[in-house]
Amino acid sequence: MSKYTEDDLREELKTKEYEYGFYTDIESETFPNGLNEDIVRAISKKKEEPEWMTEWRLKAFKVWKEMTEPEWANVHYEKPDFQAISYYSAPNSKPKYDSIDEVDPELLATFEKLGISLDEQKKLAGVAMDVVVDSVSVATTFKKTLAEKGIIFMSISEAIQEHPELVKKYIGTVVPQKDNFYAALNSAVFSDGSFCYIPKGVRCPMELSTYFRINQAGTGQFERTLVIADKGSYVSYLEGCTAPSRDENQLHAAVVELIALDDAEIKYSTVQNWFPGNAEGKGGVYNFVTKRGLCENNAKISWTQVETGSAVTWKYPSCVLKGDNSVGEFYSIAVTNNYQQADTGTKMIHLGKNTKSTIISKGISAGKSQNSYRGLVQISSRADNARNFSQCDSLLMGNECGAHTFPYIEAKNKSAQIEHEATTSKIGEDQIFYCNQRGIDTEKAIALIVNGFSKEVLNKLPMEFAVEAQKLLEISLEGSVG
Amino acid sequence: MELKEKLVSSFMAFENMVDIDSPVHDIRTEAIKNFEIEGFPTKRQEAWKYTSLNSVLKHDYSVFPKHENALEYKDVKKYFIHEIDCYKIIFIDGKYSSHLSQTTHDGIDVCLMSAALSKPKYRLVIENYFNKIASKDGLSSLNTAFSAEGAYIHIPKNKLVEKPIQIIHFSTGNEAALMLQPRNLIVVDENSHVQIIERHQSLTDNPVLTNSVTEIFTNKRAIVDYYKIQNDKKSASLIDNTFVNQKQESLAKVHTFSFGGKLIRNNLNFYQNGERIDSTMKGITIIGNKQHVDHNTLVHHIEPNCESHQDYKGIFNDNATGVFNGKVIVEKEAQKTNAFQANNNILISDKASINTKPQLEIFADDVKCSHGCTIGQLDESAMFYLRSRGIPEKEARALLMFAFSNNVLDSVKIPAIKNRITKIIANKLGVSIGFDL
Repeated sequence: MSKYTEDDLREELKTKEYEYGFYTDIESETFPNGLNEDIVRAISKKKEEPEWMTEWRLKAFKVWKEMTEPEWANVHYEKPDFQAISYYSAPNSKPKYDSIDEVDPELLATFEKLGISLDEQKKLAGVAMDVVVDSVSVATTFKKTLAEKGIIFMSISEAIQEHPELVKKYIGTVVPQKDNFYAALNSAVFSDGSFCYIPKGVRCPMELSTYFRINQAGTGQFERTLVIADKGSYVSYLEGCTAPSRDENQLHAAVVELIALDDAEIKYSTVQNWFPGNAEGKGGVYNFVTKRGLCENNAKISWTQVETGSAVTWKYPSCVLKGDNSVGEFYSIAVTNNYQQADTGTKMIHLGKNTKSTIISKGISAGKSQNSYRGLVQISSRADNARNFSQCDSLLMGNECGAHTFPYIEAKNKSAQIEHEATTSKIGEDQIFYCNQRGIDTEKAIALIVNGFSKEVLNKLPMEFAVEAQKLLEISLEGSVG
Repeated sequence: MELKEKLVSSFMAFENMVDIDSPVHDIRTEAIKNFEIEGFPTKRQEAWKYTSLNSVLKHDYSVFPKHENALEYKDVKKYFIHEIDCYKIIFIDGKYSSHLSQTTHDGIDVCLMSAALSKPKYRLVIENYFNKIASKDGLSSLNTAFSAEGAYIHIPKNKLVEKPIQIIHFSTGNEAALMLQPRNLIVVDENSHVQIIERHQSLTDNPVLTNSVTEIFTNKRAIVDYYKIQNDKKSASLIDNTFVNQKQESLAKVHTFSFGGKLIRNNLNFYQNGERIDSTMKGITIIGNKQHVDHNTLVHHIEPNCESHQDYKGIFNDNATGVFNGKVIVEKEAQKTNAFQANNNILISDKASINTKPQLEIFADDVKCSHGCTIGQLDESAMFYLRSRGIPEKEARALLMFAFSNNVLDSVKIPAIKNRITKIIANKLGVSIGFDL
């Protein structure tokens, strides 16, 4: 005999609400909490999407309803209530502050340390700005240069309107709607994101980041990025920002799809510094991201990431090496402090012949944080002469944090050559002593050693960001010297 | 009837055969309940992701053999390490064979689990050690529920056991399909030293499934050297659950040589409850056809200043599948831990596959932990070198494979075992070698 419990009542009320259906005012700026088919339709309508896109979202929603949240990751957190989230809110155009003096001084101090220009600081903090002639003109110049080359770079909503044939052809090909719980959720409700197409044989003349940083401040909760590099093209794309983002959205479920056609190369760099919660582990962003790239013949995809923020990170940028001679790379630094938890790594799926992959992962844990590397290297039986090298190093600071490695290696081809190595260590007292002796204080010494530890990855970042990322590491580990 | 139901229902029949008033029986009843809940592991469980038991569970195993069977020594001599003098504990279809065995109570106890469970003089040891470290998963619980027979070895303080102890389980094939559940308990007290060799051998092609649990306790400064030789018939499968609980300054070494059998799963668990402990586990796996060998190791570093070494080599031919899942956990208190793990594999055929997952979970900062894992081929230039000196391809290949697995063989302390393993490997590779390794 089952008793009628509170849970049942809650369940009933929930379904009842749906029974009557509810009216969604698509003119309003923010949708009511909760997720159902009407909401998905409303988001699609709001964005004036064509019918196929609406159907695509609905399909994803149907799959999502059947799925349960993954629990295998080595992270513990309170599960978000998916019915308590508003799935659409129009970007707020009203500035948060009228002048920079109102901005949290702590935030400004961080900006200062990162060496971000005053105008950018204002933009990032959400301060009302006069038209800054410089950046606008810069942006316009960029736009012109890109247009001349035939490069399409716009928000994905615009792309759905303007280049439906490209979006329709490629969206969901690398990360299908039913890929995983968060990817399905994202596919159903994604609000916006970026779209980038590099035509055949074109080498994108600039880091697409620069443009990005000036023009797109708010990124939204369910971001969708689609980058297509046509045959023989090259692009370097930078996502995120070193500046700390004080975002009130707790849950971030983004999807990034990269498609590198024959002979193309995509370099995708990420710096993630979402709000990690305070020192007691309260608050902070949950960052559940699905990133995957597909390489055709002779193509190359390189992921570089610096993860310092978020309370919980769940992220595995992957490469599907479908074409012969394709190359996948993954360079990562994940820093966790206080109560942060990161479960991050990569998947390298070798399908084509002579495919190569490199994985360099550096985990730094401090405070009471948990930092996990989880990776998969899979060599299919047809992938002759596949080559993989993986290295994951962990650095522990203090004995209240943890570093974990979960590498999965599956080889089905005899000509595969796979090497994996992992080490765990701490900063040597002799190293600190050496620095102290030469007049470098302990905090600086640790920064120095950490920088050395992560150099292999920092070197892969576009220059300007490498400098900021270095400082970011320093800031993230501030106060962790024990 | 499903094997699980069959086992659960035959527990009642089992109760008629054992003393149900002994405290051990409470443990058994508890365990069968646990098995009813847990059941057999499936691929959905993370630890069993790469190993499916479906193919071995489908047979209609008889749980209790009907007849007592006898074997003549001359027929089975080749399965013994007969070159050296040993204590022997021999079982035929799960029943003790006094004819083939050589046990002792002279200063040390090398005898039977059934005796230890029933006689009052062993009560204290059984109370203190029996089922104290075996895990509560489905398979171990199943074994605990049916635990009645196996090897019982107790070495008191300050004894150096001169002769190695051989434990061999024969299955005669008199049953169409047989399931065996041997339960071993090995307690080594302070400063003592013992060497043990374990082997499971089927004599016909009838399917056999062995689900064995071995609990090993090494007290202060004790040394245990354990060799598992797994070279069974293609119809026999083995699930080996070994749990080692170590006290301070003790040394436990387990070597696993897997060459035969249909499906082998080795669950090898080390718990370090003391300082300055050394745990070593090494293995060589050379398999072909459709064989499947899964090494699942765990080293739990609980206290400071301990070491662990893992070194597993695998060579996989034909449609064979290898799995290595090594887990090292270093607790917060276990500072100055030195944990090393290596897994090297060679794939010879395009249909062979290897899945490896060397895991580290580290909560202490002042530690040295590393793992390395490779999958590759024999070095072509080395092959060329050997062949240019007139060594035929097959022999050259075998030589390189010997070299590949040599550092595992190197740490084998009993020369007779080393010779035997060398011969088995040579046999496996189809060469005859005229040298000792």
